[in-house]
Amino acid sequence: MSNNGLLKSSLAKKYMMALTGLFLCLFLVGHLLGNLQLFDTTPEGAVKFNEYAKFMTTNPLIKVLSYLTYACVLFHVVDGFVLTIQNRKARPVKYVVEKGSANSKWSSRNMALLGTLLLVFIATHMQNFWFKMKFGTVPTVKGTDGTDLHDLHAVVTNFFNPVENEYALFMVIFYVLSMATMGFHLQHGFSSAFQSLGINHPKYTQIIKNLGMGFCIIVPLAFAAIPVFLYYIQTAH
Amino acid sequence: MNITLKVWRQKGPNAKGAMETHKMTDISGDMSFLEMMDVLNDRLIRDGEEPFAFDHDCREGICGSCSMFINGEAHGPGRNVTTCQLHMRSFKDGETIHVEPWRASAFPVIKDLSVDRSSFDRIIQAGGYISVNTSGATQDANAIPIPKVDAEEAFDAATCIGCGACVATCKNSSAMLFVSAKVSQLSLLPQGKPESKERVQRMVDQMDLEGFGNCTNTGACEVECPKGISLTNIARMNREFMKSSLS
Repeated sequence: MSNNGLLKSSLAKKYMMALTGLFLCLFLVGHLLGNLQLFDTTPEGAVKFNEYAKFMTTNPLIKVLSYLTYACVLFHVVDGFVLTIQNRKARPVKYVVEKGSANSKWSSRNMALLGTLLLVFIATHMQNFWFKMKFGTVPTVKGTDGTDLHDLHAVVTNFFNPVENEYALFMVIFYVLSMATMGFHLQHGFSSAFQSLGINHPKYTQIIKNLGMGFCIIVPLAFAAIPVFLYYIQTAH
Repeated sequence: MNITLKVWRQKGPNAKGAMETHKMTDISGDMSFLEMMDVLNDRLIRDGEEPFAFDHDCREGICGSCSMFINGEAHGPGRNVTTCQLHMRSFKDGETIHVEPWRASAFPVIKDLSVDRSSFDRIIQAGGYISVNTSGATQDANAIPIPKVDAEEAFDAATCIGCGACVATCKNSSAMLFVSAKVSQLSLLPQGKPESKERVQRMVDQMDLEGFGNCTNTGACEVECPKGISLTNIARMNREFMKSSLS
């Protein structure tokens, strides 16, 4: 073991960045699969979504996973902040002319900026729904077995309804732009995480890169489709 | 061809520098960039002015001395070339060319375009070697069977000339490509295996100590490296460091 160890070294910080990032990618998949239920606009669909929401907030295993997700976000943010400060310090005098576009992707050079924008989105997004569910007053409806359920479905649909929320259109635009931001963050982040963990192979790296490209397009696009869809169906007639 | 040069002028390590403009006329496209700088310096000396300090030695792309950040890129716009291998025909007639020193806190400017790259030497001293008995009974390296693929990969890593273009071009001034090439070159071969565990730890420790930034996998180093050192070396070092930290 070195005197530097697995916690202080620059490489270890990158391992943590990669591991927490990849866990958050898994979280995105889970979150998206749950949210896709919002495309079901029938009353039964609404009940199903509320039952799903109840399960997600009460199941002990999900509780553990949610705390793990918070921990990952926090670590990813703090670690990213420390790395960025160190990287800035490593070049105290900037170049007069620097042509980064000649040798690297824009997203790879702007991960800190994209990440900060995403943090703003996460805070807003949690205030919009999670906070209301946890601390606000959410109307209750009867579930299929007759028990009371928080009507999160109504909170979400009303949020993107211009009649219920005067800022609905603004929020739809904000959500779509945030998902574009996430797309760029993932464009670099997904495959970069594997490289940081030392996973680079002449045969399989291309597969990882393709997977990353697919992930960074499909996942944000699917997420962004939800507010657009909810806004559209509530204004079209 | 005629060009306008904007060159970094800095009297000493602690002096404040600035870009200085010089008009160059009748420059041959077949001149190397360094030869063009020679023409400028010759003129400055004749006019009784101070010539620009810049590093150079072999002028055939193998020593790693020449540096210069030209028009926003390490070693200029060419690929797989050092500044001495960059020809003036790579530029347009009438173009303005910005010439700056490598910029990193671990590469402090000595004067003008010349920077102190001894931080690389200290990383090598920390672990970039193999301990062999040189008493005369040393085994002939060619007598040790090495798989072709390993030999090729080790050789590819060993082509690193330690010029520092990777650090200069990296937005974080990270030295990961250099250090990983040196780690790979030795750890891939049987002679380097016994010390591989300590080597990666010591070299990474020294790299961090010198104040280089962290790798964010932008891949800029690989593109700008005059020897085309691959990012796979960085991944290999990431693996080796993880393995040696955990065991």
